[in-house]
Amino acid sequence: MDLWFSEFHTPDVKHSIRVNRHLYSERSGYQQIDIFDTPEFGRVLALDGNVMLTERDEFIYDEMITHVPMAVHPGIKDILVIGAGDGGVVKELTRYDRVKRIDLVEMDPQVIEVCRAFLPENASRLDDERVHISFENGLRFIRRCHADYDLVIVDSTDPFGPSEGLFTKEFYGSCFHALRSDGIMVNQQGSPFYRHDAEAMKRSHKRIVESFPISRIYQAHIPTYAAGYWLFGFASKKYHPIDDLGAKAWQKLGLKTRYYTTRLHVGSFYLPAFLEQMLREVED
Amino acid sequence: MDQNQAPIYEALDRFRQMRVVPFDVPGHKHGRGNPELTAFLGEQCVSVDVNSMKPLDNLCHPISVIRHAEDLAADAFGAAHAFLMVGGTTSSVQSMVLSACKRGDEIILPRNVHRSVINALVLCGAVPVYVNPEVDKRLGISLGMEREQVAKAIREHPSAVAVLVNNPTYYGVCSDLQAIVQMAHDAGMLCLADEAHGTHFYFGDDMPLSAMAAGADMSAVSMHKSGGSLTQSSLLLTGPGVSPGHVRQIINLTQTTSGSYLLMSSLDISRRNLALRGRKVFAHVLEMAEYARDEVNAIGGYYAFGKELINGDSIYDFDATKLSVHTREIGLAGIEVYDILRDDYDIQIEFGDIGNILAYLSMGDRPQELERLVSALADIRRRYQRDPSGLLSQEYIDPEVVSSPQEAFYADKQSIPLHDSVGHVCSEFVMCYPPGIPILAPGERITAEILDYIEYARSKGCSLTGPEDPDIQRLNVLV
Repeated sequence: MDLWFSEFHTPDVKHSIRVNRHLYSERSGYQQIDIFDTPEFGRVLALDGNVMLTERDEFIYDEMITHVPMAVHPGIKDILVIGAGDGGVVKELTRYDRVKRIDLVEMDPQVIEVCRAFLPENASRLDDERVHISFENGLRFIRRCHADYDLVIVDSTDPFGPSEGLFTKEFYGSCFHALRSDGIMVNQQGSPFYRHDAEAMKRSHKRIVESFPISRIYQAHIPTYAAGYWLFGFASKKYHPIDDLGAKAWQKLGLKTRYYTTRLHVGSFYLPAFLEQMLREVED
Repeated sequence: MDQNQAPIYEALDRFRQMRVVPFDVPGHKHGRGNPELTAFLGEQCVSVDVNSMKPLDNLCHPISVIRHAEDLAADAFGAAHAFLMVGGTTSSVQSMVLSACKRGDEIILPRNVHRSVINALVLCGAVPVYVNPEVDKRLGISLGMEREQVAKAIREHPSAVAVLVNNPTYYGVCSDLQAIVQMAHDAGMLCLADEAHGTHFYFGDDMPLSAMAAGADMSAVSMHKSGGSLTQSSLLLTGPGVSPGHVRQIINLTQTTSGSYLLMSSLDISRRNLALRGRKVFAHVLEMAEYARDEVNAIGGYYAFGKELINGDSIYDFDATKLSVHTREIGLAGIEVYDILRDDYDIQIEFGDIGNILAYLSMGDRPQELERLVSALADIRRRYQRDPSGLLSQEYIDPEVVSSPQEAFYADKQSIPLHDSVGHVCSEFVMCYPPGIPILAPGERITAEILDYIEYARSKGCSLTGPEDPDIQRLNVLV
């Protein structure tokens, strides 16, 4: 049998993964949820046909979206995570003793249930006593927050589906309002490679630049995402992502990581020329 | 009748399968002659952009599938007869007025009517008798007509031929339609309803009374607004006391002889959808609107108004699917919020006037878009809130009608600078668009108060339309 799962990265490019078994397939109230078992990437979670995570490469995404802000801002205690129903981001954050509270806002309860059942390792820390889960629209939740958090992590799906509201000016404005005076917002910022993705990335970066005094982009290599090349946004009221990196302090924590290092941290903010050019277009 | 049918849609579907060779208009011949247009609109769409022919009936004189679709629409809306209209609800309103009035006849109506009503008076030469609508002082919006005001107008103008009612106004305010119908009929007058914003009244529970249910004689229904059909498609409904043959003749005076099957099939399919699923659809819209109202009111500063305004007379009922928000208390004119929403947040709402905005909710909305709207309003308040004391509140300006709209429109006139026009009689329209309710109509006296209002609306960014001079620095006035 020759069974493959294909994701279209553009109408003219697709990325295919051989499938051993299709473990789960259902439509929730918000999206189509699928779990595949694959020989190369282990279990794969797809939402509306887009790969969200694979067991094989999830560590790159989850480490880069969490340790970068955690190594910059020494006082992060209260964290809001939007999206991230798979639990990967929470798994990294709960490794820090200084974290007092993690509010996780996921729109779709079925994503969490499915991940608990099929990706138990990823979802293992969702039951940590510091984690408080709300099933709610992220925009709605954050509208009510004022200076409640040190860090907001936006772990959304792409900007063309149910997460569209998490790429808007009203959302970034609400994030700014929800953060304390030295707070940081980190978001997944998509890929700059294919034109459609690049335009969306530029649009949301522009809106973040308008909302935060410091706004920088950093990158990682993630094999199963479009073009294998992914960006994150670092938006901050006070801390600079490189100048304020507390490398020694972070190393002293002794956290074992597979992708993130404090040297890579600095390097990830150095971007290719074509991307620098794109960002200049929207930053001016 | 079996509302599962959609005769125009079914006939078009049959027609497509027959692969008829077109040696008739339109010249694009099922799209082949205009590949760029076909690529843009899609082959499905252009292949049914066809001309009248026996199997597809003829809108000017319907005897088969269009007639059948009209009968189904009449049945769905509880009307004696329904006419499919392809010239927008403007054409429905004009046909309604032209069917009821002729030159010199008086027609009783509120001043906050859509321009299409007064345009119809220009065409037919009827004379408006305006009922002063009450104004909500806080919100600065014109309300419905009070029963006593209508009764007074009927007493003072016993030879008037009709009373026209907005059901509802753009903001969702309804008059006591049933009582007004009764008063009109007792005086031997027709009662006409402009239901451009009331299609859903026919298919919702907990909705204001529809014109046909209230016994009105004619109603112009914008199917393309809450009904879900294509822009420019509309319905004209008539009650049992009106001759459908006469109305058809009036419609044919101004209606195209090349009625668009895209528009007609969209009316047919939308009517079927409303008849079969309308109650469920509008219950959902209502629920979303109530949710959004609560959320907007929780932000602070804004006032999203609803059924609490009902006062038994000038606000006899309120259409709770409308999300109207009073913005003056945050120190921004509605039109300013309207512009900020579009320019900074990529959110297009229906309109903003001096003190309010209106977001149009419908069957196509989803909760996640509502969250965006509410969050954007919260963000705008955070960023822009200021002292509201310098803001004008909208007032109803009682018009002085010097001559009929038709006389004024066709009379000898001269163009003079706007600021020199006080005291003159205007011969053209001036309005903010949207909502398209005239500030000045042909035949009305220009006052300093009206000019102040025009200047203020202009300074806040309202789009002014109507006059011959596109910059609206000059006005045409009677010599």
